[in-house]
Formats: sequence, structure tokens, C-alpha cells
Amino acid sequence: MNKPGQAANGGQRPIDIVKGGMVRRHRAERRFKIYGLSAIVLSLAFLSFLLISIVSQGYSAFQQTYIKLEINFDQNVLSGNLATANYQALVKKALYKLFPDVKGRGDKRHLAKLVSPGASFDLRKMVLADRHIIGTTREVWLPANDDVDMAVKGHYRRDVAESERRLTDKQLAWIDVLEHRQRLEKRFNVTFFTAGDSREPEQAGILGAAMGSFYTLIVTLVLSFPIGVAAAIYLEEFAPTNKWTDLIEVNINNLAAVPSIVFGLLGLAVFLNFFGLPRSAPLVGGLVLTLMTLPTIIIASRAALKSVPPSIREAALGIGSSKMQMVLNHVLPLAMPGMLTGTIIGMAQALGETAPLLMIGMVAFIVDIPAGFTDPATVLPVQIYLWADSPERAFVERTSAAIMVLLAFLIAMNLVAILLRKRFERRW
Amino acid sequence: METNNSGVEPEPTEDGAPEAAPALKNGRLVSREDRRTVGIPTVDNPRMRTEHVDVYYNYGEKHAIKDVTLDLARNEVLAMIGPSGCGKSTYLRCLNRMNDTIDGCQVSGKITLDGEDIYAPRVDVSPLRAQIGMVFQKPNPFPKSIWENVAYGPRIHGLATNRSEQDEVVETSLKRAGLWEEVKDHLQDPGTGLSGGQQQRLCIARTIAVSPEVILMDEPCSALDPISTAVIEDLINELKEHYSIAIVTHSMQQASRVSQRTAYFHLGDLIEVGPTEQVFTTPLHQLTEDYITGRFG
Ligand SMILES: Nc1ncnc2c1ncn2[C@@H]1O[C@H](COP(=O)(O)OP(=O)(O)O)[C@@H](O)[C@H]1O
Ligand SMILES: [Mg+2]
Repeated sequence: MNKPGQAANGGQRPIDIVKGGMVRRHRAERRFKIYGLSAIVLSLAFLSFLLISIVSQGYSAFQQTYIKLEINFDQNVLSGNLATANYQALVKKALYKLFPDVKGRGDKRHLAKLVSPGASFDLRKMVLADRHIIGTTREVWLPANDDVDMAVKGHYRRDVAESERRLTDKQLAWIDVLEHRQRLEKRFNVTFFTAGDSREPEQAGILGAAMGSFYTLIVTLVLSFPIGVAAAIYLEEFAPTNKWTDLIEVNINNLAAVPSIVFGLLGLAVFLNFFGLPRSAPLVGGLVLTLMTLPTIIIASRAALKSVPPSIREAALGIGSSKMQMVLNHVLPLAMPGMLTGTIIGMAQALGETAPLLMIGMVAFIVDIPAGFTDPATVLPVQIYLWADSPERAFVERTSAAIMVLLAFLIAMNLVAILLRKRFERRW
Repeated sequence: METNNSGVEPEPTEDGAPEAAPALKNGRLVSREDRRTVGIPTVDNPRMRTEHVDVYYNYGEKHAIKDVTLDLARNEVLAMIGPSGCGKSTYLRCLNRMNDTIDGCQVSGKITLDGEDIYAPRVDVSPLRAQIGMVFQKPNPFPKSIWENVAYGPRIHGLATNRSEQDEVVETSLKRAGLWEEVKDHLQDPGTGLSGGQQQRLCIARTIAVSPEVILMDEPCSALDPISTAVIEDLINELKEHYSIAIVTHSMQQASRVSQRTAYFHLGDLIEVGPTEQVFTTPLHQLTEDYITGRFG
């Protein structure tokens, strides 16, 4: 054997051999760094491409074109039942007054189409809120029709033949006049955040789907968190290790990989057909998503329990705590951050899930905003799917806007997860 | 269970006089091949008595403790030495039934505390472990405050039910463990923020807070610096006034500093037991002599 530092067989000192290899080692390190960096850059590029395309398509949906009209709240029209009065007539009259030279039924109909059919709801709301306005004339900003909105936002090409356009030459001319007289204005689209779904894009909103998602996720959370954590604690801490628990473990892992639509079929067969629960209801959606989320939560919770150092368990048992006390007082607090992370990941998956909900009827066209767990409802991703499927140009930007809302919810949930972890994760 | 010790192992007799070991007869050491216990493993009126205990791991695959008979006297410190993997920890963990928590670990034989069989079917391990406390090799305070570390045991056992009782037991336990002066002003700080030696004294305080009668220590100083070790050795010398202590140690110096009797284990066999000074100066078994002279281990 060589003495340290002495010449080896080849006349080289060992340290020279070591140093000679360093060049190769450094090169390998640099190469690895470059691989890692390029992976990160690539994924960031994809992510920002996705975000930019969604935001650039969707941001305009947060604004809606409004038309200023002098509405005369005519006593003759507003006699009788105020709820069912012909508010459309008020809008038409104001428009005709604005363009007195428009004659002919066809032109008049085209002119009236500039304003959204939803305008009459706005007027009704005004009248019902304050009856003293009957008989007066007021300046009112009313939502424009979606085609006008698209034209104002520049989404329509004007240089194609009239027959290939959604708006006639005359309508475009009227829009220009209105714009010139400063009677057109893009304003913040409140409707988008306060309304349910609608066939008319300018009247369609995200609130119905958001509330549906909210109720569905509440059901999912309330069921899957306690059940998942309890199952994980039992399997990890109390269950004997035998072939039965092995079988259960294998099955839980398999369940996590089952395509989600299968859970939808199961929900259809069990909850709707067997138990007779209502269709399209957040309650059933929540039950189905619970089935889907449970494996995720159980697996994450078991991993969290496993990662609690055995020395803590020994300490607790060594002082004479029962197994229950050991788990509740010492293991669970340490495993909680991991369990919460798993739960939030499961919830985020559930929030973005569409397929199983289609099976239980949550894909229905629902205008009303759900007010409870058994009201018919849809959820955000299904709403996105429905809008993406709609032919109107105005739904394109609403689809992207709805995706932005969904992403905002996901980011908010992750923030909550981080905050919860911070709260529980008192690393000492 | 093999019983190859019929002729040599000193049976506990009425007057406590064991059969003479063969080594004493011809003045030579017992040969390495003879795996029967040399010396007197029993004492009068023991606190804990272990009789013919065998321990298997992995459902009988690994025979870790082989027919060990050993007593722990009242107010004594019994040191257990031996090469790594000889079963010292395994033996120690039998005494408070910590081996129950290991899947596939089987213990046979009889272990009594004050004459009561601790493996009897009716025995509840929680109070048993309060009675027989344990300090582990690696300091393992709970990731909670210093106060909570000490108060937890008395609280779950109902020994200190209100805050003032708990404050009191925290103070007396920390004082006994020699930690009070260092931590009294920041009892709410995390126990895991202390130094290694302080953490181990905190664990000792946590153990004595539930007023055990026996304390088991598994290499309590192996992760500590010499100064912390000296502090804990002083502590052990004081604690022996109130408790019976069984301590596993790698350091023969430590064994001779703190213990009255020493047991030498080798590959699961209890090879030799005797007064500490005798074991280290005039061992009777060749294996013991090999170990203390540093021939292996
Ligand atoms: N949980 C276990 N499962 C299987 N074998 C074990 C286990 N714990 C210890 N052993 C084995 O039992 C023997 C004694 O171990 P141990 O009591 O820890 O030795 P020591 O504390 O004297 O170093 C060793 O051979 C070890 O490998
Ligand atoms: Mg050990």
C-alpha cells in the first residue's frame, strides 16, 4: 500500500489522479445544471404561453358595452302589473327617437336588436325599486347586444361581405353614430360576476357555476377530509399488517388511478338510480367527487403519518401514553401539514373535475343561481365546457374569463393551503 | 428453549448463595465456548427480576436474547455492556414492554416488578411504562415547549390535574434533572431548541415527572459531549437514591463511574454478571476479558 501522498505505481500521487478527474466532474455538474435550467425554462415558457393566451383572450370579457338611452317611463306602458309590463317597448321607443329617420319594419327590428334583450330586466328592476320614476324621462345606460359588444371591441371584421357578417351595414352605421355621439361606453361587466348562465352572452354570468362549485366542494371537503384522515390513521397506526390490510392498501392505490368518469357512472348508478337523490345537485356532485378524492387524501395522509419520526412515537409510548394519546397528541399535529396539503391537492382536483359530473346531470343549462345543496347546479369547469361549445363569438372571451376565474380560485385555495401549513407547521 | 445452563447458572436459593462458578475452582477463565452465565445474576428482594427470558425478532427468525436471567436491585445502578448488536437494547426494552410495539417481536420467560408478572394478560402497559420510565439513546423531546414536555406525562396519568400542580411538577422534575437553572426563564421555548445534553436532561426530567420506580437508560450519553455526559452521570448518581436504574452503555469508564453491578452480554447471551469493580478488574469469563481489554467490540 502507498503511504499517503507518496507516488503511486504510475509515478502519480493519488491527489493528482483525484484532481485530474475534477475537470470531468465539474463538466458533469455543469451539464446537469443546464438540463435542469432548460427544463424549468421550458415549463415556464409553456405556462406563460398558456396564461398569456387565456388572459389576452379573456380580459375583454370583464368589460361590456353599454348604450346610453333617454328612457321615458311611460305611464301608459307601465300601467297594470309592473312585473310583466312591456319594458322592451320603452327601449324601442327611445331608440326610434334617437334615429327618427329609420322607417320600415325590418330596419326598426334591426335597430332594436342593438340593445340586449336583458335591458328590459334592468328597467324592470329600476321601476320596482323606485316607482316614482314612472312618468319621468331618465338617461339610462343599458347593455348592448353581444354583437354590438363584439363590434365595439373590434372582434368583428368589417371588410367582408354583408351576408357574412352578424351585423348589417346599417347596424354598423348606427353603432358608429352612437359611438360618435358618445352614447357607447365600455363599462365593468358586473353581470358576469352576478348572473347565472344565459343563452345571451351579455346576460351570462359565472356566479351560478361558482356557487355550484362552492356547494359541491363543501360537500366534498366535509366528507372526504374526516373520512380520509380517519382511514389513513386507522390503516397506518392501528390496523394489523396482514393480507387484508395489504389488499386494502393495493386497492386504495388503484382507486387513485381509476379514470374519473367511472366514479361518475358509479354515482349515477348508486346515488341517482338506487338512492333516488336529485339530478344535477351539488350534493350528489360532492358525493361523487368524495369518492374520487378519498384515495388522494388517504395516500397523502398515510405518507404524512409515516414521515413522523419513530423517536416521537417511542417518546410518547415510553412515558405511558396510550396509542390513542400518542396519535392524537403527538403524531397527528406533526402529520397535519402533510394531510392538509394532500387535502388541498385533492380539492383542487375536484374543483377542476368535469367528467364524473357530466354523468350525474350537472351539465344541464341552469339559469338560476343555486341556493342550496339540492338545487340544480353546474360547476365552473362544466360551465367553461358549455361556453366553449357555444357558437356566439362573445362566449369565446367569456370562456377564457371563466378559466381565469377558475384559476383564481385554484390560486386562492393554494394560498389557503400554504397559510394553513404555516399555521400548523411549527417546526421546532 | 434450550437450557444448557443447568450445571453452572446459579439458581436463586433461599439464602441467596449461588453455586460456585467453575472459574473460581481452578483459577482459570471460563472458555469462550461456554455460553453459560458466570457470576451471580440474582439479588435479594429485587425490584425487577428476569427469569429465562428469550426474545425473537421477525416471528422467530432472529433469536436476539437467549435465556437471560438477571435481577435489578433496589436503589442500584446496573450497567449493561457488550459489543454492538449483542441485545442490550432488546433486553432493556423487555423491561417496560417497549418490544410490544415492534411487529414480529416475541418475548418468552418471566419478568416481574416487585413480584408481579409484567407480561400477565391483565397488565395494562400505560401505567406500567409510567412505573418503569425509559430514556432513549437519541434525545427525543416532543416538538413542544419545555414546559409541555415535562407536564405531558403527569397530565395524562392524572398526577397533576391543574395548572399550578403541573407548574410544580415541572419545576421539581427539571430541578432534579439539573436543568431548571438553565431553562426556568424560557419554559415556553421549544424543547427541541435546546442543546443535545440539555435535551437529554429534559428527557430525563420528562421521565421522572411521572414518578417512576425504575428508570431504563439506553446509551443516554452516546450522542453527547464529555461535559454533558459528566452532568448526566452526576445526575444518575443522585437519582439512584430514589430509583432503580438499568443503563446500557458503550463506555466502560462510564459503567465503572455510575454502576454498582455490571452485566456483560455477547450475541444474545448474558455472559457475566458481577460487582462492577470485579467485572472490570478480574473478569471470570474469557469473553468478558476479551471485551474489557479491547480485543473486540
Ligand atoms: N426491530 C428489529 N427487528 C429485527 N431485528 C432486530 C430488531 N432490533 C434489533 N434487532 C437485532 O437484534 C440484535 C440485538 O439488537 P440490539 O438489542 O439493538 O443490540 P444492542 O443494543 O446491544 O446494540 C441485533 O442483531 C439486531 O440486528
Ligand atoms: Mg442498542
